[in-house]
Amino acid sequence: MTGVAADGAGVTEPVVDLSGATASLGGRAVLGGIDLTVARGEVVALLGANGSGKSTTVRAVVGRVPLTSGGLELFGTPIARFRQWRRIGYVPQRSTAASGVPASVREVVSSGRLSRSRLRPLRRADRAAVERALQVVGLADRAKESVNRLSGGQHQRVLIARALAAEPELLIMDEPLGGVDLPSQRILAEALRTQVAGGASVLLVLHELGPLQPLIDRTFVLSDGLVAREYGRGEADAAARVHDLACHPHPGAAGEPAETDRTGLLT
Amino acid sequence: MTLEFLEPAFMQRALLAALLVGIAAPAVGIYLVQRRQAIMGDGIGHVALTGVALGFLLNTSPVWTAVLVAAAGAVAMELIRSYGRTRGDLALAMLFYGGMAGGVLLINLAPNGSTANLTTYLFGSVTTVSDSDVVAIVWLSAFVLLVTLGLRRQFFAICQDEEFAKVTGLPVRALNLLLAVTAAVTVTVAMRVVGLLLVSALMVIPVAAAQQATRAFAATLAVAVAMGVVTTLSGTVFSYYVDVPPGATIVLFALGLFLLVTALAVPLARLRSRAGDEPGGGSGRTAAEPVRAPAGRGPR
Repeated sequence: MTGVAADGAGVTEPVVDLSGATASLGGRAVLGGIDLTVARGEVVALLGANGSGKSTTVRAVVGRVPLTSGGLELFGTPIARFRQWRRIGYVPQRSTAASGVPASVREVVSSGRLSRSRLRPLRRADRAAVERALQVVGLADRAKESVNRLSGGQHQRVLIARALAAEPELLIMDEPLGGVDLPSQRILAEALRTQVAGGASVLLVLHELGPLQPLIDRTFVLSDGLVAREYGRGEADAAARVHDLACHPHPGAAGEPAETDRTGLLT
Repeated sequence: MTLEFLEPAFMQRALLAALLVGIAAPAVGIYLVQRRQAIMGDGIGHVALTGVALGFLLNTSPVWTAVLVAAAGAVAMELIRSYGRTRGDLALAMLFYGGMAGGVLLINLAPNGSTANLTTYLFGSVTTVSDSDVVAIVWLSAFVLLVTLGLRRQFFAICQDEEFAKVTGLPVRALNLLLAVTAAVTVTVAMRVVGLLLVSALMVIPVAAAQQATRAFAATLAVAVAMGVVTTLSGTVFSYYVDVPPGATIVLFALGLFLLVTALAVPLARLRSRAGDEPGGGSGRTAAEPVRAPAGRGPR
């Protein structure tokens, strides 16, 4: 289904077009030939067990993992010639290691604006965009605080604001809900809804659909570096269930990874 | 109190050099600390020793040969870091040893050189800075400050999250090499003041002290530079009155300042958290819904 894309101008050309993509990490094949497109205005989720290749897929899309074969086009341009990084807002998987030197929320969010400002100093329009991004994630009143003092969910909101600061057309997010508390999950879902309503396209890795489920147009379930199944909008429930069975056969069992301890959202 | 220490020309040169180093060293060091590469200054210092000896051997200014060799060493370290396989630390260690041994070997090849010539560079000798040294220090410091302050947002982004910085399309590789060269230049500027063995102290200690009392990067940079200037100037003046080596004095002053700030940081943080934990009262919040997520209650 392309309900959202249909009202946009660019139904023709996908913003992300990955075809037959293979990639290896440290000599081990991680992607075995992924075909995936994101149409303009579409929200696409990648699900899959740990090690299924979903993070590698998004890191390949942003050019951080080189493809060993296959093709990748962003906004119709092959990755090798793609230079318009300001059109992309990237939210990497949250690193647990805090930086050595303190950094304020506003400073971290401002660095997202560098894809537009590049080597020149920030102008008034840049600062205004940073403030808007802070407001979208509800952190405007904590802009001066050190990011090291924030909770996991607040830290994740900072990273999303950093991606939004460039006012991107395509958001690429790697587990934006990983380790995020419920209030932050709701704020993130609301922020994403606003972006999608404004015409943005989204490609995101999720461990579970959670509060984002109503926004998602298509879901790919990855397994061993391949697309195991693809679900349309109406089948999101099925996707969630299949994924749940594949990844969490014993919900609540001891020894589950910490990032899955919020599965209650699905029920 | 009179400013008698300002009268001798050698002290004027020494204080100018100390001032510039006090500003430049923390301005570069903050990025190395942010990236957990505090040790890099030491490595460059070792490599610079080969450059100093090369200057003696070629009978030219050791400052300029040190800049060239240190820059080459810093670039090598950066390449090892960015392309680094698992044992990058071993490669770096080899570079350190090679720089030190190369320096000692080359200085003894020089016509009338001996290991004793290296002492002023190893431990610093700010009161013997010549006019031509001052000219070199001024130009090199100007370069360092232009780069580190002019590109502070870019360097901040790269040192904070290199993967993200690459996705913004910044020329990350070029900027990393520029930062390495800038660190090398700083080391050579500072070697006359505190010596190659203690250079890294001035790049690291003021930053380590400042970050205990600050919450933002810009504030940390400002406080670290202020602390750098205070310790280099006071250390130089102290060594004028009490006959002790200025380099070691400066470093011990910096350590003293670090301990002082550390002692004060705990009560300061307690005061601040009492004042700062109150929610912001909704100013600037999104209209969507109020946020109720006190700091420190994250899932991990």
